[in-house]
Amino acid sequence: MIWVFAIVMGVAVAAGTYLALSRDLFRMVVGLSVIGAALNLLLFAAGRLDSTAPPIIRAGEQVLAHAANPLPQALALTAIVIGFALLCFSLVLVVRLMRATGTDDARALRAAEPPSGEGVKPPLEDI
Amino acid sequence: MTPRALMFEVAMRALYPLLLAASLWLLLRGHNAPGGGFVGGLVAVSASAAYAIAFGARRARLRMPLGPPALAAAGVLMALASGLPAALLGLPFLTHLWTTLPLGVVDLPLSTVMLFDLGVYCCVWAAVGGYCLELLGAQEHNT
Amino acid sequence: MLVLLPLLVPLTTALACVLAAPSPRLQLALSWAGALALLGCAVALLVQVETGGTARLALGNWPPPFGIEFAADRLSAAMVLVAALMGAAALGFQAAAAESAHGALLPLVHGLLAGACGALLTADLFNLYVWFELMLICALGLLVRGGTARTLEATLKYFALNMVGTLLLLAAVALLYGATGHLNFGALGAAARQMDAAALSPFVALLVLAVLMKAGAFPLYAWLPAAYHTLPAPLLALFAALLTKVGVYALLRLLGDVFAGSPALLYQALGWIAVLTMVSGVLGAAYHWDMRRILAFHIVSQIGYMLLGIALASPAGSAGAMFYMWHNMVVKGALILIAAMVFRLAGHYDLRRVGGLYAARPWLATLFLIAAFAQVGIPPLSGFWGKLLLVRESFAQGEALWGAVALGVGALTLYSMAKIWLEAFWKPHPDPAWQPPRARLAPAYAVTATLAALALGVGVYPEPFIAFAGDAAQALGGGR
Repeated sequence: MIWVFAIVMGVAVAAGTYLALSRDLFRMVVGLSVIGAALNLLLFAAGRLDSTAPPIIRAGEQVLAHAANPLPQALALTAIVIGFALLCFSLVLVVRLMRATGTDDARALRAAEPPSGEGVKPPLEDI
Repeated sequence: MTPRALMFEVAMRALYPLLLAASLWLLLRGHNAPGGGFVGGLVAVSASAAYAIAFGARRARLRMPLGPPALAAAGVLMALASGLPAALLGLPFLTHLWTTLPLGVVDLPLSTVMLFDLGVYCCVWAAVGGYCLELLGAQEHNT
Repeated sequence: MLVLLPLLVPLTTALACVLAAPSPRLQLALSWAGALALLGCAVALLVQVETGGTARLALGNWPPPFGIEFAADRLSAAMVLVAALMGAAALGFQAAAAESAHGALLPLVHGLLAGACGALLTADLFNLYVWFELMLICALGLLVRGGTARTLEATLKYFALNMVGTLLLLAAVALLYGATGHLNFGALGAAARQMDAAALSPFVALLVLAVLMKAGAFPLYAWLPAAYHTLPAPLLALFAALLTKVGVYALLRLLGDVFAGSPALLYQALGWIAVLTMVSGVLGAAYHWDMRRILAFHIVSQIGYMLLGIALASPAGSAGAMFYMWHNMVVKGALILIAAMVFRLAGHYDLRRVGGLYAARPWLATLFLIAAFAQVGIPPLSGFWGKLLLVRESFAQGEALWGAVALGVGALTLYSMAKIWLEAFWKPHPDPAWQPPRARLAPAYAVTATLAALALGVGVYPEPFIAFAGDAAQALGGGR
């Protein structure tokens, strides 16, 4: 089972990295969230995958015997929520940026770093 | 504005409260069975989103109590407030407490977890729902 | 309970400010109440820690190492106090700002404070990640305000590069949890001491890399100068005081406390990163003429000094890093706020378009000189003692090159400060008809004068502060 997880994680991280390196802003944002999804799997796998029994202590017993580790689920859920919030924010950001600049090419984004026209000195900006 | 779909609108009038009731049922059921604030909140989001598709994002936003930002903030405040009773009793913050309120005929089980879950429900509904309405509204604006 | 208050107060304030958004005056009053309450809680926490030792709280009564634990030792408590102070300073300065209040501004500022205090007080690795994310989300919200192409673009760069750091952090947390089975700092430290250091060190190195990115260290700081110069200066001061410094705190906590026994190679590498951070930051600052860009690059450069203290891996080095960090949070904030006042009076952030302020506002010039000299490290100001502690410990450990670079970078810092002095204060204003506008700057003067007085006071009477940093450093890493 762990090998399936490992292969899926590797493929997802590779695909995410490829997309994140794209100059297309949407692909970049989606790529980052694909890596995030792969890392959620990693969090889940870090808690070991040996049991699928629910982690409930039976009545009259004191110790949780051979059950799934409940902690990684909580961690992965938290990470999913955070990743989801960041993905939502970044998608709206990209849409608004494309509306403001009319392009989704990362190379065309020079508003915050205007090219210098003054030789060795940095350019004079209006704000 | 997208062309109106009469059947959908009429159905949505009845479905919206029904979906919200289902989401509340999921919220209450979540204490000892699958469900809970997060899932219930997502069902409520789907109610809001469907309402927005039928009547537009603006009217769907009006049907959300307090409006998205304030509802989300109120939700998190509720979740934080659920930790306070424990702190007042000298226990660590967020230690959850359970009690039963006898009402004569039936006993009403109460817990601080309940308040926490309600906060999660409101926060998820407002945050994710508000986001969906924002995007749907932007799309209407475009077309 | 007191441990948690510096987190709960700004969080509640942020939420209350959202609810009060329809009434700007109520929102402002709530925000002030929250900022002052946070300051009070931070002082109370510091007093409690100083008298009663490390304060701990197991959230939800789940005993550590299973539940989330919050803990405040001297380092955390002092960091919280300085963060609260800078939060109040930025809000007080904002009271003088001309720009109209924006409904989301105050909730986001308090959210940022809550994230910072959470990260400073938590004793749980995953929880640390969560607070870093809260800070990131609030910082993104503050950056995107205005919504021009310029700010949107800067926000996107900030987001994309920080997201890489976030993902690295998440991967490192998962791998460390998989390797040790713990997330609690105390349990992690105990597990790390029992395990083979070489087996754990790749994961620790990944964690350090992620935190270095958040702190803005040498090859990974590109997000900082790409975004900070689009912020209004009061917010820039808050960012400078909170975001990168919380990253440095996390590094100190991890490398100096939890994983204190990591292989020497890691600390050696960190030392060279520190040196390169100092040099590249100060060179970037020397190139620029926009005050915000100059000061943003100086943030990077000063981070190098703090990293140097951590890399020295000794109580004296950690104490130097702490003292330097507290000094820098205050002085850097003061410098940026003074730049904001220059902007209000002379009309521009670019040094080529301003001037004449020494003649027009001699007190502002004096405040700038105090803050600038404190940053350069000229006695008797706070920066001198911070640099002295760091350089002395470098030479004591035989790392003469690191110490020499730290001194040389000080000279280049002086060059940047001299540039601001000559251009903004000394030379006449390029527009001969310029008259300083009648702006309501009394709160701004009060805030910057308080911060400058702190720098001066700590510089003249440094003994208790150095002793406190020494005590705080001794307690790290189980006393080492």
